Amino acid sequence: MHSDRAPLGLKIAAGFGLAFMHLPILLIFVYAFTTEDKSYQWPPPGFTLKWFAVTWARPDVWEALGLSLQVASISTIIALVLGTLCAAAVSRTRFFGREAISLLVILPIALPGIITGIALRSAFNLADIPFSFWTIVLGHATFCVVVVYNNAVARFRRVSGSLVEASMDLGANSFQTFRYIILPNISTALLAGGMLAFALSFDEVIVTTFTAGQQQTLPIWMLEELVRPRERPVTNVVAMVVVLVTFLPVLAAYTLTRGTDTVAGQGK
Amino acid sequence: MTSAIRFSGVSRHYGDVKAVDTLDLDIAEGEFFAMLGPSGSGKTTSLRLIAGFERPTAGEIRIFGQIAQGIPPYKRNVNTVFQDYALFPHLNVRDNVAYGLMIAGQPKAQRHKAADGALEMVALGGYGDRKPSELSGGQRQRVALARALVNQPKALLLDEPLGALDLKLREQMQEELKSLQRSLGITFIFVTHDQGEALSMADRVAVFNKGRIVQIGAPEDIYYRPETPFVADFVGSSNVLPPEFVAKLTGKHAYGALRPESVFLAEQGHSAMVRSVSFLGAATRVSMQMDKIPLTILLPKGAVIPKAGDAVTVAWSADDLHVMDRT
Repeated sequence: MHSDRAPLGLKIAAGFGLAFMHLPILLIFVYAFTTEDKSYQWPPPGFTLKWFAVTWARPDVWEALGLSLQVASISTIIALVLGTLCAAAVSRTRFFGREAISLLVILPIALPGIITGIALRSAFNLADIPFSFWTIVLGHATFCVVVVYNNAVARFRRVSGSLVEASMDLGANSFQTFRYIILPNISTALLAGGMLAFALSFDEVIVTTFTAGQQQTLPIWMLEELVRPRERPVTNVVAMVVVLVTFLPVLAAYTLTRGTDTVAGQGK
Repeated sequence: MTSAIRFSGVSRHYGDVKAVDTLDLDIAEGEFFAMLGPSGSGKTTSLRLIAGFERPTAGEIRIFGQIAQGIPPYKRNVNTVFQDYALFPHLNVRDNVAYGLMIAGQPKAQRHKAADGALEMVALGGYGDRKPSELSGGQRQRVALARALVNQPKALLLDEPLGALDLKLREQMQEELKSLQRSLGITFIFVTHDQGEALSMADRVAVFNKGRIVQIGAPEDIYYRPETPFVADFVGSSNVLPPEFVAKLTGKHAYGALRPESVFLAEQGHSAMVRSVSFLGAATRVSMQMDKIPLTILLPKGAVIPKAGDAVTVAWSADDLHVMDRT
């Protein structure tokens, strides 16, 4: 006998799994509305919207948010360019060491962030590069490239080489072929990869702590804020924003590539 | 007639692999020319050398008198129909066909009109708004054809264009390609591994083997007068008779080619042992062993068909034994 419906036990187990993963996040949302600001008390003594106003008025939040958005945007742009070029080279041509390069490109995402962080920090020190906005961007770009590369390489494999030849045959030079044939065929993969890269960069902590100077990205700001016992729900309000800002692109990336190929490299 | 494509000592080597080896070739303008050979014989590489996707490692190619060296594919006045059609999946059929004209800078209305005209020519009028993925294999093939022809190339290169079609469609497309070539009058260069296709369509056939042309000529020449055992076997599935045997019959020490349909069962002749019999419909193929020489013959409908294991006597008219003494 076959049934499309899952057995009850399995349903309960799935329910537990989902609750285990998502209840803590809901808790964060709830505390964003609590009236009590010294400790996280359960159940909250009362609910208020005032923390939204308080958060809005805090310049340090805006500074951190602005920095995070800038870092994420620029890392994503760097990743899009380098990741696409890398994917094109690996999937379009055959050369000695191609497999090794393919592996080396993916390595940063497999390495623990702390290794990447320490490595970059020593490298910047050795090269006498002062820690700045750009060192954070470089640090983030290392793993953002991987996400874009993974998405692009999967798509490049499906764009058959004869399409490029057909375009050339019909009179298009390399630039026109890229513009009219390659780009339209890989655009959704690039968009998905770019959004994932953005989301990864936006909530990155470990590599950032090693590569930042005095700057505070949003996640770093939150870490610091948690230790201080004042206006705690502000952190929760910001956390809500972070969840939304990172969740939406991931959701969009998921829908864009659904049914075409897997969104590789989501886990960092 | 002027020469459309001329190869002079052209080679394309990949390391030790000689894909094309010192090839000389002269294709006339307006000719329907077939490059025939097994896979890896260098026929597709030769086509790609003309299109500009490959560069010769030696020799010189001239396209309508102009030296092709250094001219990229997009500046050559030839167009290709690819084996997998290579239709652009993100464009509809009309934009696929109009792609070359768009690149050439033709305004939209004009190029769409030309594209629709080209689609009419290949009997696909009204299909312009569809996506390639919505078409059948045969229809895609026609779109690929229209996309190449709309640019009015001086020569059309076809790389196994019928390979992916089923038998019936293939025969129909053979007819259509042939009449299209006649009405357009442009040079068609056609790569195939199917000898029937090459023989039925082409004005001239070049038989490729191991990067070289082993024989070049009209289909009848290739079929009835093969110059080497390879051509006899590959093109006509002729029986290749060893020189010793041919010497006894004709006095010439050379390989002989004997067409399967030229051999018949007779009272007197060469004795042979039947090994297997297969019914083909219009004829019956009988494989036999004549001394140590394997022999395949085709018996027409109505002939007495022997059984496997029978001892038979076979004969042929002396004219039908083609002695390959030119090599």
